[in-house]
Amino acid sequence: MKKKWYPQFIKGLLLTAGLISFSSLFAQATGKPGFYFTHLNGLLLFLFVLIFFMLAAVLYLKFKTGEMIKMNKRLKQRNADKNFDRYIANLNSKQIEAYLNYKRDGSSTKISLPENTNTLLKTISVFLLLSLNSGQLFAQEAAPDKGSVLGETGIIITIVLLLIPISAGIVFMVIKVLNLIKQNRNRLNLAEADQLAQYLATPPDEDTRAALLKRKEALDYTPAHNELSGNLSPQDSRGLISSISVSSALPVVVQKKRAVKRPNIDPRLSQLVLWYIGCAAFWLLFGTTVGEYLGIKFVAPDADHVSWLSFGRLRPVHTNAVFWGWASLGMLGLAYYTVPRVSNTKLASFKMGWYSLHLINAAVLLGTICLMAGINNGGGEYREYIWPVMLLFGIALVLTLINFLRTIARRTTKEIYISNWYIVAALIFGLVISIVAYVPWWQDGLGETIIQGYYMHQGVGMWFMMMTLGLVYYYLPQQLNRPIYSYSLGILAYWTQILFYTLIGTHHFVFSSIPWWLQTVAIVGSVGMVIPVVAGTTNFIMTFKGAWHKITDSYTLPFFLVGIIFYFTGSLQGTAEAFRSTNLMWHFTDFTVAHSHLTMYGIISFFVWAGIYTVIPRLTGREAPQITVGAHFWFALIGLLFYTVPLMYGSTLKGLMWIDGKPFMESVIFSAPYWLWRAIGGSLMWISHLFFAYNIYKMLTAGGVVDVKEAAFEKLNQKSESTI
Amino acid sequence: MEFFDNHKKLFGATFLLFLGLTTLVAILPAIHNQRNNAPLPNAEVLSDDAVKGKAVFIANGCVACHTQQVRNVDMDKTWGSRPSIAADYAGIHRTDIWRNTATLMGTERTGPDLTNIGSRQPSIDWNLVHLYNPRIVVKESIMPAYPWMFTIKEEPAKADVVVNVPEEFLKGKTGKVVATRQALQLVAYLQSLKQTPLPDGRPAPEFLYKRAEKKIAAADGAAQGLDGAALYATNCQSCHQANGEGLKGAFPSLKDSKIVLDDNPEIMVNIIMNGYNGREKEGFPPMPAVGTDNKLSAEEIAAIMNHEKTSWGNSAKQVTPEQIKQIVDAIKVKAN
Repeated sequence: MKKKWYPQFIKGLLLTAGLISFSSLFAQATGKPGFYFTHLNGLLLFLFVLIFFMLAAVLYLKFKTGEMIKMNKRLKQRNADKNFDRYIANLNSKQIEAYLNYKRDGSSTKISLPENTNTLLKTISVFLLLSLNSGQLFAQEAAPDKGSVLGETGIIITIVLLLIPISAGIVFMVIKVLNLIKQNRNRLNLAEADQLAQYLATPPDEDTRAALLKRKEALDYTPAHNELSGNLSPQDSRGLISSISVSSALPVVVQKKRAVKRPNIDPRLSQLVLWYIGCAAFWLLFGTTVGEYLGIKFVAPDADHVSWLSFGRLRPVHTNAVFWGWASLGMLGLAYYTVPRVSNTKLASFKMGWYSLHLINAAVLLGTICLMAGINNGGGEYREYIWPVMLLFGIALVLTLINFLRTIARRTTKEIYISNWYIVAALIFGLVISIVAYVPWWQDGLGETIIQGYYMHQGVGMWFMMMTLGLVYYYLPQQLNRPIYSYSLGILAYWTQILFYTLIGTHHFVFSSIPWWLQTVAIVGSVGMVIPVVAGTTNFIMTFKGAWHKITDSYTLPFFLVGIIFYFTGSLQGTAEAFRSTNLMWHFTDFTVAHSHLTMYGIISFFVWAGIYTVIPRLTGREAPQITVGAHFWFALIGLLFYTVPLMYGSTLKGLMWIDGKPFMESVIFSAPYWLWRAIGGSLMWISHLFFAYNIYKMLTAGGVVDVKEAAFEKLNQKSESTI
Repeated sequence: MEFFDNHKKLFGATFLLFLGLTTLVAILPAIHNQRNNAPLPNAEVLSDDAVKGKAVFIANGCVACHTQQVRNVDMDKTWGSRPSIAADYAGIHRTDIWRNTATLMGTERTGPDLTNIGSRQPSIDWNLVHLYNPRIVVKESIMPAYPWMFTIKEEPAKADVVVNVPEEFLKGKTGKVVATRQALQLVAYLQSLKQTPLPDGRPAPEFLYKRAEKKIAAADGAAQGLDGAALYATNCQSCHQANGEGLKGAFPSLKDSKIVLDDNPEIMVNIIMNGYNGREKEGFPPMPAVGTDNKLSAEEIAAIMNHEKTSWGNSAKQVTPEQIKQIVDAIKVKAN
């Protein structure tokens, strides 16, 4: 049993971290269903590293001893006087003082000799020790690996086993020899110091004395601190500096760059965008409160016995509220700002914008009530709202699409900025998939499942991802104050995203009874997704080039960065999950849940937050307290990692238990600690949303504090009015 | 480029490309699939109660945790005797104009697959107790409880289906727990979930990714041993419990059971293969024919029996697979 479990454990380790999903790509490439490529190669590699370290140690010792012998020889030949001159030339200020003031009647010997510690040697030896030690640690970690390998590898194991004590011996020897070298060196230095002391006891001649005094003066020089600023008091004739703070209290958080209010934004547009974002924030809070409660139910299934709150009914409430309520409204709010701005024109119709907002809110509200009352569409994920409810959402999309198209049609720029490509495309795709999925006259039998796979994945990839990418193409360059790195890469990503993403829906039903060829197409498409993902990531990362320092000064850029990282890792994890080999262990487990949170939360939500923190201060002129923005960021990020990493790890092992034919209940019991971690991570995420809601509140309201200057002028005006 | 600067051309091309791909990978395959598959000729049509039960199943979102698909991979053998095929779902149509087709294939297996639950767990009593609160019968279960599908009556009528709920789960309420029609319909649906055998002895699709046979080659050369405890957990434990003591008044104890301790295995094998209803007077519901329903082999039955005969303080003479095979064959001959 033990023998069988260990390689699987290794497999588990390999696979768990979604961040290293490349390893599974590699495994796929070798054409093996599992990950058996590691053992023999790993051992050989290990052996090679060990021998390399030993060789390096031996060479290093040889070099060191050679050096010592040379030094000994050199020292004997050296002209002592010349050497002393060198020392005197290198005295520091204090030493010069001591030397010049030294009373040479022999009563006092207060010359403090420079301390000569051989730091270089120390550092080198420490480094060597460390590196060898790490080799040792590695050896211990890999040691149990031996058990899992049989046959000819036995020889390699034996060699490794032999090498471990030998290398330990070499490490020991190196330490000993280095100590010897150090002792020898110190002995020589002390002897030289004796000679130098004797030399220094005789007074210096006048020339040397004068030179030394001059040198001391030079060493003692300190600048006057106004060399650059001059003696004039500062002026700001162009009004570049504002909000000067003279308080010198220690800041609790690092002060980041403040947002600049944009002039000339139509207040009607401001209001519309703010309402979208405000509603989105509400649905986020609502949806994740439900999600949090669901996470708790995994740990405490008897938390309540109310039909409306039972797990099966609340789960779609959570997913749909965060999808259609939070993420969709958030994205659309940001898009309503972006589309007219990059078209350099006004929004075509504010009325349609408001209608869309009301319709979407109504859809989510009605959908939620329906689901809790037990009225749903029949169980397909993200398709749980019945079509009359989803119709409202569809109409909102139509209105928005028309609105945006009309805005773009009257643009004053020649080209259509890439953001608008993505945003309008997302609206078109969102409509197409909704119509295909919801038209109530078809989808019998497996037709339903084929469309379900298509719909659920296009919803994620062609609606959320597409529009979010469009937003990033505007907000990221805006925040970095640099143009996007490559327009062409953006276009490449656009067309390849459409080409490959459309194909991959059915990878949610690998090994099911839908046609095998369709599953294969989906898997191939999933691999193709590497192209748009890598193109997009490269584009974003390269836009950061030369502006990385801005991250530390900004409270929005960290959100972008996290979004980009998860865009890369989360999307490629999706590719890795699509293979048949990985489906064996990951399908049906919570791995999928972890993946969807990495992507919908790590990518979409982080990008939308980044956009929101960018845009609201520009509309209202008010910013959120930076400490609560920071709290939002860190709680969300750490919470997400607590949520996903244990869940991926546990699910991998769970899948392996299923493969191994363990009783189902055993796998449920096994999952309990990972579900607890999920609840903990979820709680942190939920707390971060409280901070987010507070930040929104602070950005929208004046906060009740009277601005002294404004109030004063108001009073002045009142006075002048009353006098007239 | 002119093409990219013209919003009609750009978005028109985008739309057409997407629509074309959609047609190819979604619409056409879906239409093809729904046209060219028919239900198996021997497939049973859902009863009225089962249809209503399915609606309850859908309304409560059970599909969030329970799949209904046996994949064609070896690890799914636990859930059915053959991989699911398109024909299994071909008889499912739109629920009504408001609601979509519910194949209920699912994407999460937080709970067991239900494709064949009607065969795997045919006991109505077990299902009702389990619905009232799953933790009565499966201590570590995290499935929601559905007490609102039951009422409590002081004096149940004769037609009422009384569910034997232990006192600790009643939370101080007194009276008898009676299943509502909703609960009975839901159980009727669950009982209807059985894999239809393929007609005319047609071979079922193969299970892929075969698990390598466990080789526990003992030093004394004994044949491969099956894990009796694991088999017991999969097939028997949900009623007879991990401690073998069953549930008072609902499922009989195997500990110190006369039948289990009997040196002659015949009666015990017979019960496993054919079920048992000899203790209904004591309030115990009939036991389903677990061995036949779950297609247990003689080796597996022997392993389970030996586990039962030697656990929880039981110590009876163990049986051999050969012995069991003889009895099973005899039972089959009799049945024919």
